[in-house]
Amino acid sequence: MIGLEHYLTVAATLFVIGIFGLFLNRKNIIILLMSIELMLLAVNINLVAFSSFLDDLVGQVFTLFVLTVAAAEAAIGLAILVCFFRNRGTIAVEDVNVMKG
Amino acid sequence: MTSADLTLVLPEILLAVYAMGMLLVAVYTSKDGLASTLVWMTAGVMIALAAWIGTTGEGAKSAFNGMLMIDGFARFAKVTILLAAAAVLVMSEAYMKQRDLLRFEYPLLVALSAVGMMVMVSAADLMALYMGLELQSLALYVVASLRRDSVKSTEAGLKYFVLGALSSGLLLYGASLVYGYAGTTLFSGIIETAQAGEVSLGLLFGLVFLMAGMAFKVSAVPFHMWTPDVYEGSPTPVTAFFATAPKVAAMALFARVLHDAFGNAVSDWRQIVALLSVLSMFLGAVAAIGQTNIKRLMAFSSIAHMGYALMGLAAGTVLGVQAMLIYMAIYVTMNVGTFAFILMMEKDGQPVTDIGALQMYSKREPGKALAMLVLLFSLAGVPPMLGFFGKFYVLRAAYEAGLAWLAVAGVIASVIGAYYYLRIVFYMYFGDEAEEGVDAGGSPLLSGFLMASAAIMVLGIANMFGVEAAAAAAAAVLVN
Repeated sequence: MIGLEHYLTVAATLFVIGIFGLFLNRKNIIILLMSIELMLLAVNINLVAFSSFLDDLVGQVFTLFVLTVAAAEAAIGLAILVCFFRNRGTIAVEDVNVMKG
Repeated sequence: MTSADLTLVLPEILLAVYAMGMLLVAVYTSKDGLASTLVWMTAGVMIALAAWIGTTGEGAKSAFNGMLMIDGFARFAKVTILLAAAAVLVMSEAYMKQRDLLRFEYPLLVALSAVGMMVMVSAADLMALYMGLELQSLALYVVASLRRDSVKSTEAGLKYFVLGALSSGLLLYGASLVYGYAGTTLFSGIIETAQAGEVSLGLLFGLVFLMAGMAFKVSAVPFHMWTPDVYEGSPTPVTAFFATAPKVAAMALFARVLHDAFGNAVSDWRQIVALLSVLSMFLGAVAAIGQTNIKRLMAFSSIAHMGYALMGLAAGTVLGVQAMLIYMAIYVTMNVGTFAFILMMEKDGQPVTDIGALQMYSKREPGKALAMLVLLFSLAGVPPMLGFFGKFYVLRAAYEAGLAWLAVAGVIASVIGAYYYLRIVFYMYFGDEAEEGVDAGGSPLLSGFLMASAAIMVLGIANMFGVEAAAAAAAAVLVN
């Protein structure tokens, strides 16, 4: 029997993979965008699992909102990335270093 | 029922409809030719809405089955946000026009992010919180990279986007855990589940993730990495906007979540907020010492100031929230004046950000140098200025809540931090004569903002223009 904790474990694993992808990735900004997406989808698994477990629809409504916002976020991220590529000629993570923070 | 709800959120709806309508109008007519008009119109609409929100509306009303809470606290934050956004818009018009940056999207994106901030401060539900936060953030990512042909500006936008999306992810993960373990997304439901001493582990985890996400938005250490780069890379008027309205909104949201949803579990979050506060104050004070770029310096300054505002929250009392609100109002006023000055810093028409260029500025522009001196003293928290009273309030709130160590740390950090503000004063009054400095002059409008802000810092000590009473009323609504 697959219970709530299994879903939560999968979601937590995916979320952590997303965070690690964000920090350990040294190659390419597109991978950053994919990692962000992975994190948001992990949250969606969480929400849907809780929603089903609690027998409460709010979680699924929340998921729909998250999906919509994630799409908008990806669009804006890619737009900024295209502008950056035009100026810098590269999308390697190591080259995002004009300012040292 | 629904019409009553809609009436309550009418300011937000009007501003959103205005922004979208004007977007259409501008696209189908003269595009960027309308930009100047739109800046003034948007500022006018914001001021009108601020006046409307500030003068009408009584008591606390909840809309949409408790998802939004329109109370005194939200009204206080909304008025501050709208006025700050309007001030920054008006300040940026000439600067952006001169540098061919003024696009019609700019005022409208600022208006849309203001809508997001207004939703944030009245959110009483995790979904409303998330939607407001994202509406604000998505607009801000775009304005950060407004200078599309500059590497710095697009890099700032990219960094802001990646770290902002990470913080939204953390916040959202926290929200999902809170939903799961509290069984509801409504703050009014969460607060019943979260009683002090018996907060379940899952709920606590959710709270920590929520707080990490919000700490990103207020740029509190250790989630501050994006701040200096974004401040430096964005066009200066955009930096001025980042340093004002979004900070108020994020801080108000922080207070709203902590008190409305977790108000019964103060002891569970107090240490985390206190830690964020003390780290921010010290990092802001120490890291700014080596900076020569005034925009980076203001970034660290804002990190330190957020530390003080968080100190008010850490107290977890009515006085603490009141102190936080007063602090934010003073902080915004100071920053508007300081950024008016930074916008005027130019040499032969080119913007200058190096503080070395301010050598002996007092010889060329004694009036402005004096105004800037007042503002810098106020930022540092030197006694006769209003900035001191802001710090005094949060320190008192922390002390009375039994956080004496935090108050002591705050005093030490403010002494360290005074060094870099006073260094600018030193350059302006006792610097090297030989150095080639910024040009004298500057637009009367920006000078007006600078002078007004400096005057408020001196005259405000009489009665704070009623902000103190308004903040007290707002805080009393939030904390119960």
